[in-house]
Order: sequence, then C-alpha cells, then structure tokens
Amino acid sequence: MELPVLNNTASEAPKGGCSAGSCGSTDDQMNHLPDSIRDKVKNHPCYSEEAHHYFARMHVAVAPACNIQCHYCNRKYDCSNESRPGVVSEVLNPKQAVKKVMAVAATIPQMTVLGIAGPGDALANPQRTFDTFRMLNEQAPDIKLCVSTNGLALPENVEEMCQYNIDHVTITINCVDPDVGAKIYPWIFWNNKRIKGREGAAILIEQQQKGLEMLVAKGVLVKVNSVMIPGVNDKHLEEVSRIVKAKGAFLHNVMPLISEEEHGTFYGLTGQRGPTNEELQELQDSCAGDMNMMRHCRQCRADAVGLLGEDRGAEFTLDKIEEMDIDYAEAMKMRAEVHAAINEELESKHKAKETKLVSIEGLKKEVTRPVLMAVATKGGGVINEHFGHAGEFLIYEASSNGVRFIGHRKTTPYCEGGDTCGDGESALDVTIRELSGCEVVLCSKVGYEPWGPLEAAGIQPNGEHAMEAIEDAVLAVYEEMRVAGKLVEKVDEQQKVA
Amino acid sequence: MAFEIIESCTNCYACEPLCPSQAIYEAKPHFLIDADKCTECAGDFEEPQCASICPIEGAILNEDGVELNPPGSLTGIPPEKLAA
Ligand code: SF4
Ligand code: SF4
Ligand code: SF4
Repeated sequence: MELPVLNNTASEAPKGGCSAGSCGSTDDQMNHLPDSIRDKVKNHPCYSEEAHHYFARMHVAVAPACNIQCHYCNRKYDCSNESRPGVVSEVLNPKQAVKKVMAVAATIPQMTVLGIAGPGDALANPQRTFDTFRMLNEQAPDIKLCVSTNGLALPENVEEMCQYNIDHVTITINCVDPDVGAKIYPWIFWNNKRIKGREGAAILIEQQQKGLEMLVAKGVLVKVNSVMIPGVNDKHLEEVSRIVKAKGAFLHNVMPLISEEEHGTFYGLTGQRGPTNEELQELQDSCAGDMNMMRHCRQCRADAVGLLGEDRGAEFTLDKIEEMDIDYAEAMKMRAEVHAAINEELESKHKAKETKLVSIEGLKKEVTRPVLMAVATKGGGVINEHFGHAGEFLIYEASSNGVRFIGHRKTTPYCEGGDTCGDGESALDVTIRELSGCEVVLCSKVGYEPWGPLEAAGIQPNGEHAMEAIEDAVLAVYEEMRVAGKLVEKVDEQQKVA
Repeated sequence: MAFEIIESCTNCYACEPLCPSQAIYEAKPHFLIDADKCTECAGDFEEPQCASICPIEGAILNEDGVELNPPGSLTGIPPEKLAA
C-alpha cells in the first residue's frame, strides 16, 4: 500500500495535489501509519512530533554494562547511542529506579513513557532491565515502556521482553555492511569471547537484523537510530534506511556524530568529525524519500527527565525521592485527567488545522523558495521561550508547500554561557553557528545585545509572535517575507552562485 | 592463580554476572575479584570472562600484575594519542 508521508515531502516535491489533512504540517508524519500503530505512538513524545510538545519521557539508568564497543563512545561515560557524549548518569538499582519513575509520574503527569537506554546497553543487563519493567507493570500500569539497544542481545531477549508489554523498541543500526561496521565497532562480546574487527561487526549486524524481524513479526513498534559518521557510513545510511523500512521499522532517526577530542573516544582522538547541520539535513531528506524520518530526537541522556529539551532530573535525586511518599493510585487518577485534557486540546487543534489549509492554499499560487526558521519554545506548541534562555531551538522549514518540522539544534543558553566557551567563542557565537542556514529566529523575547550579531549573521530576530502557535507564526512570517519580496530575490542570488 | 581489578574500573557491572566462580563482587570504590575464588576461568571458558568483556583498558591485571587489555587494545586508539 502506498501511503503519503508528509513530513518528508521535500520542498521541491511536485506542487499541487495536496489532499486535505496531509499538507503542510509535521504531525502528519504519522499519516502513513496504520491506525493500530498510530494509536500506539499518539502520546509518545519520542515518536510523535506533535506529542513531544505536550508529553514527556524519562529514562532511568539501570543498565550500566555493555556488550560492544562503538568508536564514538568512551565507556567512562553513558552510552553515546542514547545520550550526548560525555554524560555520566548515576546508576540506580531496579528498586530505586521504580521509585524514581513513580515519583516523577506523580509530579509530572505529562510523563507517559519510561525508557531504559543505558547508561550501557539495556539488553546487556537483561536482569536489571526486566526487573525494572516487571515492577513497573505491576505498580504503575499507566506508564508505557520502551527499550533501546545496540541489538546484539536482541534476538535472545525478544520473548521475555514481550511479556512486559514493551511495545516500543529502538535499535541503533549504523550499517548493514560488515566492512563499514569494522570502522565503527572495534569489538563485540559474543558467546563468551571478545570478537574484534569485521567478524564482530558481521555478527552484530546479523543480530540487529534478526532482532528487527522478530520484533516486527510480534507486532512490536521498532524505531531505528543511526549515527551519521561522515566518510564512514554517511553514503551507506540511505541503504540502511531502505532495508530497515522494508523489514518493517516504522521510524528511522539519523543522528549526527558528536565528536570532540575531550570526549576521549576513538573518533574524537583521531579527528573524525561530525556532520554539519546542512549535511545532516541533506541526508535526512534523502533518506526521507524512502522512509518516515524522525527529526525531533534530541539525543536525550540516559537519566533525563522532563518535557522537550528540559531536564528536571535534579528534582528527583536519590535522596529526594527517598523522602517522597507517593500514593500512586491517586496519582493515576490525576494523570488520566491531565492526559484527557491534552488529548482534547490536540483534537481541537486538528480540527482547526483543517480550516487553516485554506489559507495555505492561498500561498501556493506562487512558488517561493523555502526558508528555515528557528523557534524557541518550552513546549505546548507555542513560541514561549526567551532567546537567551533557550537551550535548544526547533527548526522549521516554510515553503510554498506549508510548514514542516526539520529538527532540533542544541546550544548553550546564551544567558548562562559566560563570556567564552573555551576556544574564545562566545555562547552567542555558538548559537549563531548552530542556527546557520536559518533566516529568522522566533522567540518570546530577544534582548538588545544579541540583536545586532544575529542580524549581521543573516538571522532576523523576531519577538512579535510570542505565545502564538509555532506553525501559524512561521507561516505568518513567511507570508510577510513573501509580500516584502524576500522570497524571490534570494533565488536569483542562488542561481548566480550556482 | 587470580586476576585483580584495579582503580580504573568504572563499575559497569559487565564482568560480575559472567564469572563462573562468583569471584567478582561489587565494592567501593570499584568492583573486586576474590583472589581465593578466581580460577582464571580454567575449565569453564577458553578465555577469562571478565577480561573479555571489560571495556576499560588496564582495569584488570593478571597474577603477574600485567594488564590483560593494554592501552589501545580495545579502543584502537594509538597509545601516543591516549597519553595526551
Ligand atoms: S552501545 Fe552504547 S554504551 Fe555500548 S559502546 Fe556503543 S555507545 Fe557505548
Ligand atoms: S578470570 Fe574468570 S574466574 Fe577469575 S574473576 Fe575473571 S571471570 Fe571470574
Ligand atoms: S567489566 Fe571492567 S570496568 Fe566493568 S565492572 Fe568489571 S572490571 Fe570494572
């Protein structure tokens, strides 16, 4: 069955023929999925671009061991497949983890998903992972469970996993070719032996693919993560995307390699660079032709707690949760009410959107060049964050096809950044570099000081749409640009360069 | 005949469940091997299990105090870069 995948409709896709409900906005990312799957991901902040504005996820760090080595990982820190490098999480035992999850669930009712993703590999620690899941199934049945893995121990654990109602699994698959794998994985631990090089990579690939097939056969949702490593697997990932889609993975998420010398990883110390934002987006777009891409992944850390880019982990340290007394039955009632209210809000938004399509049609008469805009938000789908407080920006693309979500870009909040970040680059410089390619940054407020440098970098600060819905605001600014003739002239410039 | 875990251990738990002799135990500041129990896996496995899964170069020593996983052997990082 051929189904439209909207988020992937690249801006240069054929114009017109845009059927109602599948045009212009990112939540339609889900439109191609069968109802059964759509239901499952509806409230999942990791999988639904729309839900991630409203619902939260958390991870607990119960699984410290790992059974492979990745060249982008320093095993003194958390799993780099699931966290940004250089992060250390406090390892909890399963009992402590369950207590923490229930404390968070009672305090942040938007928290609907609990994942185990490390700090090593969830399935290299099956006992600790499954103990946690079993207790949660019994004590907090309204929490969805998910697990992330490098895939090596997946086939042998599928059976047990399914007993705990784990309906979301993420596998990190960086390659399907052992020669590529040999450049990413120096060794694996398999059948009581350390196996190095190509041979190890071949086994890992085989187990990943087998695990993927087994999960799909059982009706478990599978997302695939890939780390884009320029010169190693960047070209290869399009093939990975094709294959995992053919096998039934429902989302593919390409993440950038983050590689710095101070992480002490093989790649960091040997000068392997990560992709630029542009290279990443290009690959995401070209994979998108094959498969639904997830662009809102934030590479959250193994013990992250909270909504969007926020981390409220500090409120739930071990000693603090020890003191909390949680009546979970009560909490569950409150949670159900909050969830119902959010779902109602989402419903009404969907209805409003159908009306809005008419105005998008107006825009369509003229084919205009796409523009990237950065948005500062704390969640709720509105522009409600100060420029200087934003730890990350959401990137949207406006074009004559409407608005689509492109991804996240992290930065150090300008206000916290001190004067310099080590190499003489100010926090503002870093933010400006992270926002490269964007022409507008929308925020609830932007100070006088960053205004000039932003403009000089070709990024127009805009605080006029505070508290407005993101997509409406992006569209409005795009329309202003069109009326001002800014969407045509740049095309000429580009053509001159080309 | 016994191995030893030293301070570079990161407490990742990976070795503990693999030991056929239950010689490895959690301790502060890092995991330890009970020298009386460790058999170097003789009779159970071809290769000592702890040293085969440990991701940290230099964290486990043999009875002569020699690193079972010397610098660069696991990560592939050239030792001269490690020093920096
Ligand atoms: S799977 Fe995760 S923890 Fe294991 S080596 Fe790779 S990045 Fe590190
Ligand atoms: S060498 Fe074998 S017996 Fe000795 S501690 Fe390691 S795993 Fe246990
Ligand atoms: S595998 Fe190595 S680092 Fe991990 S606990 Fe054992 S000795 Fe320590």
